[in-house]
Amino acid sequence: MKPGSMKIVIQTDAFDLGAEVNAMSQGRTDIGAIASFVGLARDMNEGSGVQAMTLEHYPGMTEKALATLVEETCARWALLDVTVIHRVGRLLPGDPIVLVAVASSHRGEAFAACEFVMDALKTRAPFWKKEETPEGERWVEARVSDNTAAARWDELP
Amino acid sequence: MKLRVLYFARLRERFGMTEEKVELVGSTAADLVAQLQARGGVWAEELGAGRAFRVAVNQDIVTLDASFPENAEVAIFPPVTGG
Repeated sequence: MKPGSMKIVIQTDAFDLGAEVNAMSQGRTDIGAIASFVGLARDMNEGSGVQAMTLEHYPGMTEKALATLVEETCARWALLDVTVIHRVGRLLPGDPIVLVAVASSHRGEAFAACEFVMDALKTRAPFWKKEETPEGERWVEARVSDNTAAARWDELP
Repeated sequence: MKLRVLYFARLRERFGMTEEKVELVGSTAADLVAQLQARGGVWAEELGAGRAFRVAVNQDIVTLDASFPENAEVAIFPPVTGG
């Protein structure tokens, strides 16, 4: 990967998947595959309706943690570019929360690396969600399945 | 040693503060957690045995046996829930 070609952004504004993917491939012809993931705010969690959520983060550590995990990703797979955008602040159901896009020569690396970044982000990047429900506000609890998803990469080739 | 300690998310709300200066007797993350637990109330409750929380030193997550450098930026927060 060319130095400085990774993009990591924390922002309150919405993002445009198409624009981000187009920006990756613009002006170059070596990319054969771009895999992307967009996480959205759901209207339901743990059996109750979610009217809105607020995402808090640890400024400074968030950027550092994401840069470290993207560097690990680039060390593991042959990648040409990586973009990670994560929103903070108050979001409504249907709003996009997170975008990960990974470019490589072939699809295998792009698919695997995209999933790895999301699994690692879920357990290592310091973001916290607070939901507004009809029963009041509540902090989202971490899921054991997220740790399981992140840990399986330790065993995979 | 002197530390700056930050709190986030549920712990920030329960402790009623975003950060504080702490004069730590000892030098490890476990020493800090024990000192905060000794305040009783929500501190003992949230940092007690069986409660899940994370400690970061200078913006890296560490284990409880980690030693702090002088004037470290320490943060204590719940397991993360982004993405």
